[in-house]
Amino acid sequence: MSIRIDHISKSYGKVNALDDISIQVDPGELFGLIGPDGAGKTTLFRILTTLLLPDHGSASVAGYDIIADFKAIRKQVGYMPGRFSLYQDLTVEENLRFFATIFGTTIAENYDLIRDIYVQIEPFKNRRAGKLSGGMKQKLALSCALIHKPKVLFLDEPTTGVDPVSRKEFWEMLKRLQAKGITILVSTPYMDEAALCDRIALIQDGRILEIDTPKAIVEHYPKPIFDVGAHNTYLLIEKLNAYVHKHSVFPFGEYIHYTDQRDGFDPLELRAYLKNEGLQNIHIERTKATIEDTFMELAKQ
Amino acid sequence: MKEETVIKVEGLTKVFGDFTAVNKISFHVRKGEIFGFLGANGAGKTTAMKMLIGISSPSSGSANVAGFDVYTQTEDIKKSIGYMSQKFALYDDLTVKENIRFFGGIYGLSKNRISQKSNLLIEELGLEKVAHSLVGSLPLGWKQKIAFSVSLLHDPKIVFLDEPTGGVDPITRRQFWEMIYKAANNGTTIFVTTHYMDEAEYCDRVSIMVDGNIEALDTPKNLKTHFGSDSMNDVFLKLARS
Repeated sequence: MSIRIDHISKSYGKVNALDDISIQVDPGELFGLIGPDGAGKTTLFRILTTLLLPDHGSASVAGYDIIADFKAIRKQVGYMPGRFSLYQDLTVEENLRFFATIFGTTIAENYDLIRDIYVQIEPFKNRRAGKLSGGMKQKLALSCALIHKPKVLFLDEPTTGVDPVSRKEFWEMLKRLQAKGITILVSTPYMDEAALCDRIALIQDGRILEIDTPKAIVEHYPKPIFDVGAHNTYLLIEKLNAYVHKHSVFPFGEYIHYTDQRDGFDPLELRAYLKNEGLQNIHIERTKATIEDTFMELAKQ
Repeated sequence: MKEETVIKVEGLTKVFGDFTAVNKISFHVRKGEIFGFLGANGAGKTTAMKMLIGISSPSSGSANVAGFDVYTQTEDIKKSIGYMSQKFALYDDLTVKENIRFFGGIYGLSKNRISQKSNLLIEELGLEKVAHSLVGSLPLGWKQKIAFSVSLLHDPKIVFLDEPTGGVDPITRRQFWEMIYKAANNGTTIFVTTHYMDEAEYCDRVSIMVDGNIEALDTPKNLKTHFGSDSMNDVFLKLARS
């Protein structure tokens, strides 16, 4: 087991940041913590990287206990915190050399591991980190977290606020690192990124809602789900929410995702209701649940 | 029915030294429209938005926002618009009520009007229990919903939203969009940036900026048809990567 989290709890005053969390991550696995702001993701990262002590429970990383062997863990893991962690007034190259030196290595020794990522920012190696664009900062931070060849990589919301193109490139980099045998624990508030992980934990308010592969999580969705569209989306949402048999009504891109309370739901009945309420160009079609549907269904309970 | 145009942009340009951040962009936004302003990080969205809200002077081109000129009537623009972003929304160390009173005051609302609006807002969002709590102690999603309501306090013609839902949980994110629909339905124009491509689909029309230029502008449906894509995410990737 590469990461073992056993009944970890942590509170700050009255707030339960983490409530009895247990997760096991296999060696070489790309594991995602999926949840919104305030779910407890950062607290968990800080506990696993030995920067914070849990109130209850135990955990180990790369075979080392987070309390007894904290110094060994620090040598074995790479950590990219959510907030930009580099030295703004050092250049790109100076930042990287600094992190390499701290871990008793050199850029040359592990250059292979970071080459793919670092070549993209190497043209700017004499630029101060503070002057880099968001996407470049992210690549430098990842290079710095990797320069000592860690066994386990912790990435706390590496793609938050990053545009879809840079996000896609970032995930392609993670897949290549995974292929090199590095275990990766990554958190994200973007549900579409969940599908790119081997397994995910859906987490909200310090509790785990579910742990499984993205595919299984989607298959567990309990109800048939329908795309509903009409000429006026605002009116449509209002009327769907007012429908006595509705179970859930959530906008999803072009359509509204609708589920009904009843087992034998007939879409024609809903169509008649909406027509009667003055909606035009009504579209109702069965669709597949996404990770986000599942997350919201579990979060509602 | 004649449609009223509330934002008119023609050849708007901003140059920093030898770098053209915004390159001759042109578009119109109608009253009550939800207009999505998309683009990769560094494409020039923020620079363009700053010119439209009257805090950065264009290098060339023209723009008229809520009937006012972006060169000469910036103070009038500021009074006619609402603004919120992920980074700046409310003061964490003021309570919900204090924030409402503060922003109401800034926008020049009368005492009576502020107290009336304040009660209405608190009731609509179901905030009775936290009205006297510090905003900093509230979950992000709540803050963003309050911030949006506060940006509407002075009944602005247009609201500019800069990544309003970043990091917000999926249920609250949707409640936020329901608030946007409601405001638009009441005739408020919404100008919004986001990195969530499903949110791009909620917009009436969407523009996509690449390297300072507007490379595409249409309804989400037409954009998807035009690019042969089944999602806005795919449209975005095709445009921004080419």
